Amino acid sequence: MKREDYPEKQVCITGIGQTKAGRPSDRSALQLTLEACLQAIDDAGISVDDVDGLICHPGKTPEGGGISPVGTVETMMALGIRPVWTNPSSHEGPGHMAAIFQGIMAIATGLCKHVLCFRSVAQATARMTSRSSTLLTGNRERVDPGNNAFTVPYHAYSPVNLWALYAQAYFDKYGVGEEELGWVAVNGRRHAMHNPNAIYRKPITIDDYLDARMISTPLRLYDCDSHIDGSTAILLSAKDLAKDLKNPPINIEAMGMSMGAFGEGLHSGDFTMTPAEVCGDMLWNRTDWTPKDVDCAQIYDGFSIHVWLWLEAVRLCGRGEAAGFIAGGERTAITGELPLNTSGGQLSAGRFHGYGHTHEACAQLWGRGGERQVAGAKTCMAVNGGYGYGAMLLNCD
Amino acid sequence: MTARSNSMPARKLPLLTPETEAFWTGGKNGELLIQRCGTCGLYQHPPLPICSACRTETVASAAVSGKGKVKTFTINHQPWMPGLDEPFVFAAVELDEQAELYIFSNILAAPEAVTSGMRVKVSFEHLDDVWLPMFTPDGEAGDEA
Ligand SMILES: [Zn+2]
Repeated sequence: MKREDYPEKQVCITGIGQTKAGRPSDRSALQLTLEACLQAIDDAGISVDDVDGLICHPGKTPEGGGISPVGTVETMMALGIRPVWTNPSSHEGPGHMAAIFQGIMAIATGLCKHVLCFRSVAQATARMTSRSSTLLTGNRERVDPGNNAFTVPYHAYSPVNLWALYAQAYFDKYGVGEEELGWVAVNGRRHAMHNPNAIYRKPITIDDYLDARMISTPLRLYDCDSHIDGSTAILLSAKDLAKDLKNPPINIEAMGMSMGAFGEGLHSGDFTMTPAEVCGDMLWNRTDWTPKDVDCAQIYDGFSIHVWLWLEAVRLCGRGEAAGFIAGGERTAITGELPLNTSGGQLSAGRFHGYGHTHEACAQLWGRGGERQVAGAKTCMAVNGGYGYGAMLLNCD
Repeated sequence: MTARSNSMPARKLPLLTPETEAFWTGGKNGELLIQRCGTCGLYQHPPLPICSACRTETVASAAVSGKGKVKTFTINHQPWMPGLDEPFVFAAVELDEQAELYIFSNILAAPEAVTSGMRVKVSFEHLDDVWLPMFTPDGEAGDEA
């Protein structure tokens, strides 16, 4: 297949929407979803009735905990639309971006023209009822092999325990430590200050970071993202229609994806790499562009350590170099050589669960960053996921 | 140190399946059972119906030495639920039988004494119909980095 025939080359991002992060919000998860969806539709300048594809990640789940409380059916009903296409997105897929990839393929195969992708969370509200609702213990009497059965019996109740193993292994292998890791959090907070949707906007210093309580060594409070109530929507449109809409179309220069099995207990390598490496290879194999062409990066940060692992997986940093690259904060500042997590990422903006990163990539490419705007940003990398992996290289000339 | 572990809140136990039952119950006979392929010799964990390398069904549980090293670890300080006796150590143990053959467990030792590379050996905690493999420092062996 010629590169111009790739599915991602047939599709553009044409609108975005996002609610404020609430902790908790005084609006229901469905209200938040509709707010984000209508914003994205209005942003693109299409009519609500033009939306003929609707998808969310990971699909409405009965598991509780507010992880995905809103589905496509009730959203369709409230929007009063009659989409011809939807599809389940899943935790088993290539990270949170799975729904966006499916939307791209639905448009590229001619099934529909405008796909609205959304991600809604109500984890802050769920935690008001039960503090344990967001733990990995699940709601069954025993943990089954697909759901952390090899780790939960050892009181590893949170993903933080697992990712702490990666952080410690990275420290051991490359001789770096908590002061370097702390800069991931400090960098994001500095940028969140200028993001009105962010949950935490007061800057922190490295001393604040080190003074915060330890959660699971070496990860402290500010190494962990925060559960919120909120919703993000991303509108995808067929390329031939995108050029006539309100915003200059954002092109998807390349996409990458891969699967993981951490929840099933499968780990290989030395705990300094993840299957995101496969995703990075795929992305760069689909374009002539190189990491040098990237103007800014929105890198998944459910935990700070994700940023190191992801930057290396998508070749924006060499092996073992991500820690030093971020330390000190100059190279990743808005005016630095690779502005990083310019919305504050999930660590500071809140757990919009991957969709905040794609939203921010688009906001930067459309010049809407205000005081956090990266001058002349034309190309942005957005990546999502800790258990499954997705990446897009986005461009807007 | 085992007593310390037993003072924790009830552990959420694993569901036993045809593939995982041997791993979770080998401790009844004092054995750490890891699945091994009869054709190519690969050990694999988690256990699966076929060998992930040669794709034959000749996989069977094999007793291993129960010795290994701490590949990487974390000291959990967060009180996730009432009664949790933090801090405690959660670790990936690399078994001696094969490179990158990992199992997750707790290291029953003073948290500050645990290091990456520390030699450990298996013991078992019996709860209901499950014998959870646990690890303690292996005093007889030298540590490696
Ligand atoms: Zn085999």
